[in-house]
Amino acid sequence: MGLEELIPDGILTTTVEKMVNWARRSSLWPATFGLACCAIEMMATSASRYDLARFGAEVFRASPRQADLMIVAGRVSKKMAPIVKRIYDQMPEPKWVISMGACASCGGEFYDYAIVQGVDTVIPVDVYVPGCPPRPEALIYGIMKLQEKIDRSSLKTASNPAMISEASVIAEEPDA
Amino acid sequence: MPAPEIAPEFKTITINMGPQHPSTHGVLRLIIELDGETVVSLKPVMGYLHTGMEKIMESKTYTKSITVTDRMDYMSPLGNNMAYVGAVEKILGVEVPDRAKTLRIILLEVMRISSHLVWLGTHALDLGAMSVFLYCFREREKLLDLNDMIAGSRMTPSYFRVGGFFQDVPAEFVPAVRKFLVEFPAALGEYQKLLTKNRIWMKRTIGVGTLAAEDALDLGCTGPALRGSGVSYDVRKAMPYLGYEEYEFEVPIGKNGDVYDRYLCRIEEMKQSLGLIQQGLDRLRPGTVRAANQYLFPADRSDVKLGMEELIYHFKIMSEGFRVGKGDAYFSVESPKGELGFYVVADGGPKPYRVRVRPPSFIHLQALEPMCIGRMVADVVACIGTIDIVLGEVDR
Repeated sequence: MGLEELIPDGILTTTVEKMVNWARRSSLWPATFGLACCAIEMMATSASRYDLARFGAEVFRASPRQADLMIVAGRVSKKMAPIVKRIYDQMPEPKWVISMGACASCGGEFYDYAIVQGVDTVIPVDVYVPGCPPRPEALIYGIMKLQEKIDRSSLKTASNPAMISEASVIAEEPDA
Repeated sequence: MPAPEIAPEFKTITINMGPQHPSTHGVLRLIIELDGETVVSLKPVMGYLHTGMEKIMESKTYTKSITVTDRMDYMSPLGNNMAYVGAVEKILGVEVPDRAKTLRIILLEVMRISSHLVWLGTHALDLGAMSVFLYCFREREKLLDLNDMIAGSRMTPSYFRVGGFFQDVPAEFVPAVRKFLVEFPAALGEYQKLLTKNRIWMKRTIGVGTLAAEDALDLGCTGPALRGSGVSYDVRKAMPYLGYEEYEFEVPIGKNGDVYDRYLCRIEEMKQSLGLIQQGLDRLRPGTVRAANQYLFPADRSDVKLGMEELIYHFKIMSEGFRVGKGDAYFSVESPKGELGFYVVADGGPKPYRVRVRPPSFIHLQALEPMCIGRMVADVVACIGTIDIVLGEVDR
């Protein structure tokens, strides 16, 4: 067998990459960032029946600086888009984004002057969860898909290599 | 030696709260001027969730617009459905069958309890009582199951139609509601055990956010925000709809108009809603749920397969929608937050010419400043919770 024979029982060997990925995926800390209807379903996901703690993602942090997962839950208006971008920028690397619901993913029902047609025009999105609003099961499935994605990620590259082009980013609001 | 004079511009500091803040119930932004920790002035900034719903309803048929109303006050979607279809029914002059009326009352009261549970859970969470939130969502899940049962959607059922319902409730609906009626009083007792005599809760709420009855009336408050101040005004009593006048229920009112009284009012309202649901179930008789007006609903599936006229009409109503004659109407309901009104203008076409919403949350937002001035900054969170604000409704 080799080296493993010399190690006493109860000790496992692995690669650094696997261990880091395991640690990252097993304790995702979402930012408390609700926009509209989907935010209530996000709350329901973390509450009694669905209990997001089973998937290690129940520690909702009020400050984006402590979070590594942003669940964009709800419709993003053009007034809100620069703030979404700023909150994303405030989150430390590595960070991931779940676009929850039809509105955040593509504008959904609201094809009009006020709503950004997909939050992926503002920030890069890892997982899209469809639904209006998605059921808690759907959000949990989205989080599990994200965990799979994290498991596959490599330490050699950044967590979000495909940053979207600057042109599509809505200009930041001047300091109010 | 006397203290150095402080220049007036440095006496107060201005801080920003939101739009990303866990206890502003969405994307509300407040600009608060503080003298030390005392609030001197408070200005809400809105529009971070502006969706253009009133405008988008002008480009949808009367039936499709119902789905838009769901997403305004997403705590009680059917209440919004009711206010909207009520206005359209008023223009049409259509009479809704008795079974549909009774079912609507049952569903509206279910929505009221469901909305108050979210309010109670988040309000208590903001003031530091995490477990109440978990208890409330436990019961709310049972109510969402009812939505799931009737419409296949947990939060946005869009179940009401102009002239009644598209289809009757499934057979398992009534037993499920009865089961909830049996279970819920014990749960309500649990919440009260956790909060009503809780010393922390009482210290955080009694005497906070006081609003005198005259002020509440002047500010246009309705619903529990007004009743907490001791004014007995309820749209269900003042302008009854759906036959609410035939039901027996009390309108709970508070005395001091503070956060605690509004809490007691809403708890009592949940009990009254249970009574209304019980009465509704007792009155529920078999029958049709569609109005007699044949132009509001497509023909039966079996007729569509055999008759040419029915097929043409099915195609017309599914693509173009039905037409509502010329006219305008305002219809208001007692939503869990207060008086929710829809003003619909019809120009004879298949789409509304203009829809205007009177959202209670938007009007209650102006009561926030008088509630908070002179209080500590920590009380602002209690005041936001007590007016039960939903930003989807404020910004629309």
